[in-house]
Amino acid sequence: MKKKYLAIPYVVWMAIFVIVPLCLVVGYSLVNPEGQLTLENFKALTQYWTVFATSFRLAIIATAVCLLIGYPIAYWISREGPGVKRIAMIAMMLPMWMNFLLRTYAWMSLLENTGIINTLLANLGVFKLINAVFGTELTYFPMINTPGAVVLGMVYNYLPFMILPIYTVIDKIDTRVIEAAEDLGANGVQVFRKIIFPLSLPGVLSGITMVFIPSVSTFAISKLLGGGMTLLLGDLIEMQFYGNAYNPYLGSAISLVMMVIVLICMAVMNHFGEGEEGAVYF
Amino acid sequence: MKKVFLFALSLTLLLSLTACGGGSSTTNGEVNVYNWGEYIDEDLLEEFEEETGIKVNYTTYSDNESMYSTLKNGSAEYDVIIPSDYMISRLIEEDMLETIDFDNVPNFANIDDDYKNLDYDPTNEYSVPYMWGVVGIVYNTTMVDYTPTSWDVLWDEDLSGQILMFDNSRDAIGIALKSLGYSYNTTDEAEIIEAVDKLIEQKPLVQAYVMDQIFDKMEAGEAAVGPYYAGDAITMISENPDLAFVFPEEGSNYYVDAMCIPKGAANKENAEAFINFMCEPEVMAANAEEIYYSTPSSAAKELLEDELKDSDIAYPAQEVMDKAEVYVNLPQTVLDLYDEEWIRLKAA
Amino acid sequence: MRKNGFFARLGLILTMIFLYAPIVVLIVFSFNSSKSRTVWTGFSLQWYVELFDDSRILSALATTLEVSVLAMVFSTVLGTMAAIGFYNMRKRPRTVCMAINNIPMTNADIITGVSLMLLFVFAIGAFNSTLGQLTGVTLKLGFATLLLAHITFDIPYVILSVLPKLNQCDPNIEEAALDLGATPWQAFLKVVLPEIQPGVLNGAIMAFTMSVDDFVISYFTAGSSTSTLAMEVYSMTRKRISPEINALSTLMFVVVLSLLAIVNIRSARQEKAAAARAAKLQGKG
Repeated sequence: MKKKYLAIPYVVWMAIFVIVPLCLVVGYSLVNPEGQLTLENFKALTQYWTVFATSFRLAIIATAVCLLIGYPIAYWISREGPGVKRIAMIAMMLPMWMNFLLRTYAWMSLLENTGIINTLLANLGVFKLINAVFGTELTYFPMINTPGAVVLGMVYNYLPFMILPIYTVIDKIDTRVIEAAEDLGANGVQVFRKIIFPLSLPGVLSGITMVFIPSVSTFAISKLLGGGMTLLLGDLIEMQFYGNAYNPYLGSAISLVMMVIVLICMAVMNHFGEGEEGAVYF
Repeated sequence: MKKVFLFALSLTLLLSLTACGGGSSTTNGEVNVYNWGEYIDEDLLEEFEEETGIKVNYTTYSDNESMYSTLKNGSAEYDVIIPSDYMISRLIEEDMLETIDFDNVPNFANIDDDYKNLDYDPTNEYSVPYMWGVVGIVYNTTMVDYTPTSWDVLWDEDLSGQILMFDNSRDAIGIALKSLGYSYNTTDEAEIIEAVDKLIEQKPLVQAYVMDQIFDKMEAGEAAVGPYYAGDAITMISENPDLAFVFPEEGSNYYVDAMCIPKGAANKENAEAFINFMCEPEVMAANAEEIYYSTPSSAAKELLEDELKDSDIAYPAQEVMDKAEVYVNLPQTVLDLYDEEWIRLKAA
Repeated sequence: MRKNGFFARLGLILTMIFLYAPIVVLIVFSFNSSKSRTVWTGFSLQWYVELFDDSRILSALATTLEVSVLAMVFSTVLGTMAAIGFYNMRKRPRTVCMAINNIPMTNADIITGVSLMLLFVFAIGAFNSTLGQLTGVTLKLGFATLLLAHITFDIPYVILSVLPKLNQCDPNIEEAALDLGATPWQAFLKVVLPEIQPGVLNGAIMAFTMSVDDFVISYFTAGSSTSTLAMEVYSMTRKRISPEINALSTLMFVVVLSLLAIVNIRSARQEKAAAARAAKLQGKG
């Protein structure tokens, strides 16, 4: 028995359910509704460049915020004792096990004009104070249905995807290396800059990938927290298949272009951080 | 390994058994109903299942356009759909509907003649009227300090951040067209673009583009004003007495939603049984009492409670009806323009 | 180990608050006696009662569990086989296979969903207009397509957790078993499988979790009559919101919390036991 043949069923499976569908996306993006070969779909894309811009802008902001919060958190957790570490990790992962739609929905009640945060601030007299000082007539902070709310939704949903890979990498760093550096006279900042940070880069890269890709392609978060005011790429694609503008050919073209741009970004990033093959999956 | 296989096998068997167990209690097959959200008294579905033994798979859509996409992309099979007038004529034109066998729908006699052979289905072969109504403006009297009479209230800068707007291209662009004094059914490219420009001007004032989410937002006082369908407005007012409803003086949209059977429906006879059931006067009345839309049957209207029967919102005065305009299906080039312009608005 | 200072601790605590505040709000308002999601009006269990009365949610829950369990079983078997196959391949074909295997994981969900939908609609259309017309069978999107999609995105996770275990295996042990007269199947069952078993188990759990959690791919592949819990939640948020969602979230949170607690207490115990055993062995030596 040649054991490599055990892979045959899955190789066939991949051909049918991974390769063929992607070929179909390419095929659909190259024809018009009448079935003729055309580049019209890609030409039509140019008028949607603002959607690409908004999506990438919000996803980049969300990824940056996740990195800014996530890195120190991962670093701090790695410096705790084993008990705290275990609890912190469980606490990080627990919300991820709840469906992301439920997690996003939770923010709706918090962010609404008559929502919990605004009600709380009003009861604390914050608005009265602000109005007295600045002569405004605030009764609430508009938070829901703004691009900010969409970014918040992304950060909230994907922050653990940033923390976990970074933590795993930092946690694996051999303490003897750090001790050696210290013995050789490196101070805390130098240890971090010369040892911990470079060694944690693979984790950072996989964290960025795991936050950026779902952020740039989401459509549910922008619908729930964006109130239809912020159109993202995911919304645009969904709209072509299920929504207000039925056009799977254009939808395929948008998907294809998005995929290619994301792949290029990832390739560039991976070029800077070789050997993150063993990225963390959980 | 054997154990794993055995486990998997027994699990599959168990699951398929439970699946059958679920199915066997209803022996007369099923009917897949695809309706607007918040648009039926769901108890009626159970009543229908008990009466006929046909299982109802009930799913909802938020607007005509997404219903059309779902039908068109072939991802789903439905037996009964309930589109609006203009969408029905589009579906007829594109040969996407089955003709209904009216021998199986004797209750069609309960529908008033006024609602038969309407423009969207002149020979009345494809559709059975479900409900009708007029679009107007819902507003919160504690937040809007005057009585709005015009669509212009949706462009009122004092209400910035408190305005809701339709999240579907036909209704939203329609309102802008109407407030500019044009017809809902214009095919003039310049007029449509002007209307969308007007919507883009409105966008900074808008809190959210909504469909059924408007219920929560208006009832909770989360927003001050928004356009919606008359029947739903009565529902909102009954939940929050601070709310009120007006028909704008520029005129508004009068719509009829009707039950149809999509081409190739797998359970056509069950679909006809369902349509027939929904045309029983008691059922129509119970449905209208629940969703507050206007029934196309005098027999059913007679059974309504007085308060609803005499409601100016559900059964508007003649002068409102005179000014109301029905949507007609637009030519394909205009529909394409609508799609493009709609994305231009959403991406703005 | 150096300890964290005040700011680090504060940061950790703030992050925890950020992560859990929305969940606490969800849970608290699941017990509210009115429909309001922001004003507390009194304690009540009515939303739980309504939740268990809601046949749509219950059937969506059943669908979710069915599809997740089936997808887990199929993807674990197929994935483990594939991992062994990949492991025994020469370098070049293996690199190609791994690259393709990575596609569903790195691609955005919406693209996987849309592409699978195009495939299913295309295949079903082709079947219905040819063979289907001859035999009178009409296919449609539904549970079967949903399951195929789930298996497709689950398998890569199984492979990724089995492969490292295979790499850790000592190939000599299996050869020894074969030399001693075991059939290849026996050698696999008695020698290789126990070695990679933690990886297989981990992969199965991951596949199950991915399936339960998925919304986007299901949304595009489930068709009209099949609905998973996530799809049901999505359609609920697009309508009038009922605090039933809060009740549902609370229940899911409690289930996940208890599962995680059980797993962790067990593994902590096992670690302790292992440490004790190691200590004993060392004592002997």
